[in-house]
Formats: sequence, C-alpha cells, structure tokens
Amino acid sequence: MLKSLIKKLHVVQSSCGFHTTASLNEVRLLTRLRVVDNSEIGKRAMAEGKPPKIICVYNKQRVGYIGDRVLVAIKGQKKKGILVGLKQTQKVKVPKFDSNNVVLIDDNGTPLGNRIHVPIPTILRTILKEKTHSKGADYTKLLSIATRFV
Amino acid sequence: MALAIRRYNDILCATKWFIRRDCRVFSTLPETVEQYPKPQVVKEQRSSRIRANASNPKLAYRQIYPEFLPDPNPKWRNSLREKLERADMLKRRSQIDIPEFYVGSILAVTVADPHAQGKVTKFVGICIERKGCGLRAEFTLRNVVDHQGVEVRYDLYDPTVQKIQVLRLEKRLDDKLFYLRDALPEYSTFAFDMDPEILPEGTPVPVNAVQVILKPRPWLERWERQELKGVANIEEHLKEKDRVRRELRATPWEKYDLMKTYRKTIPVEDQNKIWAEVNSQLEQLQLTRKKMSRKRIFNTPKVQLG
Repeated sequence: MLKSLIKKLHVVQSSCGFHTTASLNEVRLLTRLRVVDNSEIGKRAMAEGKPPKIICVYNKQRVGYIGDRVLVAIKGQKKKGILVGLKQTQKVKVPKFDSNNVVLIDDNGTPLGNRIHVPIPTILRTILKEKTHSKGADYTKLLSIATRFV
Repeated sequence: MALAIRRYNDILCATKWFIRRDCRVFSTLPETVEQYPKPQVVKEQRSSRIRANASNPKLAYRQIYPEFLPDPNPKWRNSLREKLERADMLKRRSQIDIPEFYVGSILAVTVADPHAQGKVTKFVGICIERKGCGLRAEFTLRNVVDHQGVEVRYDLYDPTVQKIQVLRLEKRLDDKLFYLRDALPEYSTFAFDMDPEILPEGTPVPVNAVQVILKPRPWLERWERQELKGVANIEEHLKEKDRVRRELRATPWEKYDLMKTYRKTIPVEDQNKIWAEVNSQLEQLQLTRKKMSRKRIFNTPKVQLG
C-alpha cells in the first residue's frame, strides 16, 4: 500500500497535469488589462466593456512583470503600454493590486493620457529610470502624471 | 522498521501530551472563533482564559508574540537557529516598538523607501494575514485607495520599517480575511489620516463581529467550503451543485484528529522553555513602552509665541 502511495505521489510530481498560469495570475499573451489613464481611446475601450488584450510582452520570459512594456490590441488598434500594477503575488513591500493595470504610451514613452487615476507603486520610479536610455524612449514621463504613490 | 518505530514514538508522545492537559489551552494555533460567537460572551470566555493562564502567565504571550514560537514541523526545527533568531528579534524590538496586533486590526506602517523622493512611505490598511515565525514573520495589509484594492506585504523584522502603529486594535471572526478581496469595497476602505483609537489599559481585545457582503461570483476562492464566520451572504450565490460538492468535500472529523493538532502545535514544555528565555526582556520592553505612552499622553501643549 505504501509503495503504491509513493508511486502515486511520484506521478503527481513528475507530470504537471494542471494549468498554473491562471492561479499564478500571470500577465501573458491575450491577458485582459485595465487602462488606468484618461487617454481617449483607453477610456472608450473600458466604457464599452472591451478592455485591451496583450499581444506581446517585450521581455525574454514573455510573462509581464511590474514596469514591463507590452503591446496591446485596443479597439482594433495596436498600442504600447506599461504595466503599472499586477494581481500576481509580489515581493515584500511591493503592492499587489486587485486588477492588472496598464498605462498607454507611444513609441517615445510619452503617455497618451495626462492623468493616472489609481495609485502607482513607488518601485516603478527605479524600474522605469533603469529602463530609460539616454537616446531611446523616456519612460519616466509616466511618473509625472501619476497622482498617488503607494 | 525505522518508520514503524517513529510512528510508535509519535503516538506515544501524542497520548502523553493529550492525557496531561486540555490541549486547547496551549495550542499555538490562532484561536478558533467558536469561542467568540458574540461580543457579550467574549468577556466571560476571556476571563476564563486569563484565569487558565494565571497559573502560567508566560503562556499568555503566545497570543501577543506568536512569531517567537518556532514552526512545529520537525523537518525545520533547529534549536540553535531558533535561539539565535530569538536573540535577533529581541534586539530589533529594543530598537523599534512592534505593538500587539491581530488579524483584523488596522495598522499604519512607515517604511524607508529608496525609490521615493520624501524617502518614506506610509501605508494604512487592515491586517488580513499574519504568518511565518522567527525573523521571517510577515503580515499583509489591505486597503482600497482611489477605488483600487491594494495589498502590501511587510516583514515584521525588516530593518527598513521605521514605525508600526496600531490605529484600531481588534480581532475579526476568522483567522484570515482573504474574502475581503471578493467583498464590497467599503469593507476594506480606510482613510490614510485615521486617528489611533486608544483602548483603556487592561481591557480585553474586542472582537469585531461584522459580517461582510460578497460580490456576486466569480470569486477568487471557493469561500463556501472554508466555513467562514465573517461572511453574510454566501448561500445566496450558491447553486445546488456547489452545496452537494461542499458536502462531499467536508472534513468534519478533522477537529477530532488529535495527531493533526499535535503536529501543528508546540508542546507546553518547549513553550515554557522559550518563554522563560525571553520573558525578562519582553517585560522590560513592555515597561518602556508604557513609559513612552504615558509621556505621549501627558505632553504639555507648546506655548505659542506672539
């Protein structure tokens, strides 16, 4: 009996027969996001109940973490955005939100809206500063339109 | 063979431990809510508990300082590490006042922040979870800021934590308040400029018997299977199928499983040793805290010039 039990355990460990993406709340391809700035396109998409879908996460793992750049499909258009809040379990002192939030930007890193309605994690200050290159896009403009940091 | 011997030993220990005492009194688990159905009853229960602890006042500490007790899992026990950790925790407590708080209390935490311009960030929220032991003890605060639910996890002994303040000291009906994520937002909304409510000294910690109202499904977890006391309207949202499955999945025998309780708790002898080790220093810390609070109360108002 014991042997059979051990065997069963082994089977469970070796083959992962269940999906982990949903339970880990990962932000991946085709995840729906919530636009939290007041850009015209974002507001209309959220009001119509058609939140944007991720069509690319610009990093190696293809799983979006806080501060990552994503390409979203919104109202039939392709827009870039920055993840500013995640549902996923975060590290100590990094806030975890009830929804996956995104702020839309253009190619230079300039936000499409001029106000963010929800709190923004302070760790983004460091992350976005690191991601900004001197001659490339400047993502820190996003921080100046935030209303509140947690 | 070895396995058989170990099992035999286990059972022997457990029986000894059970025969010796009523196990409830010394359990390291968070107190079950069955003892507190209504706030009126709480007082009697409380006093009886205090009387039970009067023979050994140190055991009252396990409610206030749960992180001083090690994880009961024998795989992770290491007496030397535990001792060193306790020493470190006391050192940290001599630097910063870590108050008594429970799941359901409202806290304000000020943290040194390398990212912020002001260099500190303050977060206010209700404690929805408290876990871990030793230096890894942590707690989670939840609040709704600008209609957006936010949760932040903090280490209790993090050196960057500058101040932990209890704004409202109370308990709730459950050990974990994760159902606040699915509840209406007003149940987890707290103002950042809340004033601390001071309880008179010697009063028992009040139990807030509020029952939250859940939003309609889909939910994040199967709340109906968790026997929650702090939720009012689970039954409204259930279908016949859910009720049947809840019955199938129920484990009503688990509360009679002595072995399980034994493995989840630290025996009285071990607890006695631990509390004897830290008692004197904890008492001293309490004294200094009392002095500080008195100072704060009798602060004379500053004379305004001109």
